[in-house]
Amino acid sequence: MKRLRLMGTATLALLTGLSPALAQVTEIGAPEGQVNIVAWPGYIERGETDKAFDWVTKFEAASGCKVNVKTANTSDEMVALMNEGGFDLVTASGDASLRLVAGDRVQPINTDLIPSWSTVDDRLKDAPWHTVEGVHYGVPYMWGPNVLMYNTEVFKEPPTSWNVVFEEMNLPDGKSNKGRVQAYDGPIHVADAAQYLMFHKPELKITSPYELNEDQYKAALDLLRQQRALVSRYWHDAFIQMDDFKNEGVVASGSWPFQVNLLKSEGLPIASTIPQEGATGWADTTMMHVDAANPNCSYLWMEHSLASNLQADLSVWFGANPAVPAACTDGRGMATAESCTANGLDDFDKIRFWTTPVSKCSQGDGACVPYYRWVSDYIGVIGGR
Amino acid sequence: MTTASAILPARGLADHLTAVFWRHPRVLLALLLTPPLLWLGVVYLGSLAALLLQSFYSIDEFSGVVKEEFTLKTYGELLRPSNFDILVRTVTMAALVTLACAILAFPIAYYAARYAKGHWKAAFYLGVMLPLWSSYLVKVYAWKLILAKEGILGWAAERTHTSWIIDGLLSIPGLEGSSLSTSPIGTFAVFVYIWLPYMILPMQAALERVPNSMLEASADLGATRAQTLRTVILPLALPGVIAGSIFTFSLTLGDYIIPQIIGNSANFIGMAVYQLQGTAGNIPLAAAFAVVPIAIMLIYLAIARRMGAFDAL
Repeated sequence: MKRLRLMGTATLALLTGLSPALAQVTEIGAPEGQVNIVAWPGYIERGETDKAFDWVTKFEAASGCKVNVKTANTSDEMVALMNEGGFDLVTASGDASLRLVAGDRVQPINTDLIPSWSTVDDRLKDAPWHTVEGVHYGVPYMWGPNVLMYNTEVFKEPPTSWNVVFEEMNLPDGKSNKGRVQAYDGPIHVADAAQYLMFHKPELKITSPYELNEDQYKAALDLLRQQRALVSRYWHDAFIQMDDFKNEGVVASGSWPFQVNLLKSEGLPIASTIPQEGATGWADTTMMHVDAANPNCSYLWMEHSLASNLQADLSVWFGANPAVPAACTDGRGMATAESCTANGLDDFDKIRFWTTPVSKCSQGDGACVPYYRWVSDYIGVIGGR
Repeated sequence: MTTASAILPARGLADHLTAVFWRHPRVLLALLLTPPLLWLGVVYLGSLAALLLQSFYSIDEFSGVVKEEFTLKTYGELLRPSNFDILVRTVTMAALVTLACAILAFPIAYYAARYAKGHWKAAFYLGVMLPLWSSYLVKVYAWKLILAKEGILGWAAERTHTSWIIDGLLSIPGLEGSSLSTSPIGTFAVFVYIWLPYMILPMQAALERVPNSMLEASADLGATRAQTLRTVILPLALPGVIAGSIFTFSLTLGDYIIPQIIGNSANFIGMAVYQLQGTAGNIPLAAAFAVVPIAIMLIYLAIARRMGAFDAL
C-alpha cells in the first residue's frame, strides 16, 4: 500500500514538476563507523565470492566505516527497502531512482564533497534519472547495454540488425530462426520493439521507446506478436538463458554483457553486438537516504565508489561499464580499454536508458501508455493474444 | 490445641495464579487461546481480507494510480481474453496434473500399502520421500536439462531412432515447442513429478485402512478382482485420493516457478500475480487473480465433501 501511495505521489510529483529542495550535507565530519547499503547482487564484493574481486576491505581499513550490504533482486524491492528506512545508500536503477526522488526517500548530494565527481563521465553527470531540475540526487555507479548475443558458428559475421529476433527469416546457416531466438520476459521489452520500429518505420514518429502513444504502442505490440511465433521460451533469468544457449539450440537473443562474458569464458562460440537500431540499457546511481544515519561514511563511500579499484574491477566482474571512464585505462584495477569496449563503453550514444513509462510524457499529458498497461498487454502477447 | 486451616497458605505468585485458574477455568482457556486466535484472525485472515478488499479496487486508466472505490471492474478485467486464457490454462493444467498423479500414484500406493513388507516398505518410503528432501529448484533445473533439445532424452531418442515420437508430440497443436522443455508437455511432466509424493502418501494411508476382512468377504461372495477393486477398494480409498488431489490441484494452481523455467513462457496465475504486483503496481488485478484459486478450491472442497472425502475426519 505504501508503495502504491508512493507511486501515486511519484506520478503526481512528475506531473506537477515538483522537486522538494532538501537540506544537503555541507561538510564531512567524523566517520560513524559503518554504512548500510542496499545493492544489486554482485555489486559490492569483499573478496568472499572470488578473492580477486574485492573493493570493500581496503575502504573499511582506510575509513573505519564497516560496510553492511543488503542485496535486493528487483527495483521494487529496493524502493520498498528504502521506504522502510534504516539504510544509508542504494544502487538504484533508472526505474527506481526517480520514484525515490519523487517520494522524498533520497537527499540531494553535495558534489563539492566528492573530489572525484569531476572524473565522472560527462554524459552521466546530469543524467535525467538522478538529476531533477539541476539538483543531483546521487552519484553514477555503473551502466550497461542490453546487447544482441549470438552464436558465432551460425553468424560468421555479427548480425547488423535486431531483425534476427523480430522477423521470421533464414539465418546464415540456411535454417529458419523459428524456435532459435529468445526475447526478454519483462514488459520493458516493448521498448526494444519500439526502438526497432523507430528505425524501420519512421512514419510512426517514435521519439523515445519509453514514450509511446496509442498508435505507436499498438505497432510495437504487433511486432511483438510476430516475435511470439519465433520464440519458444522468453528469458528472465540470466542462468536459464545461458543454459538455453548451451542446450536448447538458441542462437540469438537480447542479453546482458554478463551472460556474454560468462559464456565466452567457458569457451563457447558466443559474441555480442549492438546492431544498427541501437539498444536499450540500464544505468545505476548511488543514492543517499533522506534520513541516512551515517552520512559521513556515506559520503566517504561515494567518493570511494568513484576513485578506487571498484569502478575497474566491478566493470570486469559484472560486465558493466564504469561511470568513471578513466578506470578503463589508468590501471587502478583489472579493466582495460579492450574489456570496456567489450562491455559496450563506446556505444553510449546508441543506448536509450531504461526509464519507467508514465502517461504524462513529451507528447502531452496522458498521451503515452503507462507501464501497468505494458505489463498486462505483454502478458497477453506471451500468452498468444 | 491448634487447628490447621483447610486451605494451605499461598506460597507466592504462582500459587495465586493457580488458584485463579482453578476457580475460573475460562480465564486459562482464554489465555491459552488468545495468541493462536490472534494469529489466525489478524495475521492470517486479516491479510486475506486485505487481499479481498484490494481486488474490489481498480486502477485508474490514465495515471495508473489505484482508486480506492469499490467496483467490480477489476473482476471484469479477468474476463478479458488474455486474462481469461491464463485462468483456463492454469485450471486445465491443474486438472490434468491431478488426474495423471492419481493414475500414477494408485498402483504405487497400492503396492506399498498391501504388499511391501519390512525393508521393502522402508525402501518405498525413502523412495517417495527422497525427492522431497532435495531442493525444489534443483529438481526443476535437472528436468530442464533432461528435457532440453540437446538433453539426455533428445540424445537417447536420436540414438534409438525414436526422435519421431518427440517430434510428433511437439507438432500437436497447442503443444508446440522447439523441444520438450519449451512445450507445455514439459511443464506437465515436471508438475507431475514434483507433486507425485503428495498424492502417493495420503492414498497409501487410505489404502492401508481398508480392512482385509472386507476384501475376503468380497472374494467369498464371488466378486472378481476387478469387481472388488471397483466396488470395495476404490470407494474406501476415495478420501485418500481426494486428499491427495487437493494437494496436487492447489499446488499446481498457485505455482509460478515451474512454468517460468519449463514451458513456453505463457503465463499461469501465479506468474501473472507476480508480474502485476511489481513495478506495474496493478495490485487490484493481482489480488483479483489471487482470489480465483481460492474460489476454485472452495468449490472443489465443497464437491469433495459431497463425495464423502471428509467423513473419516
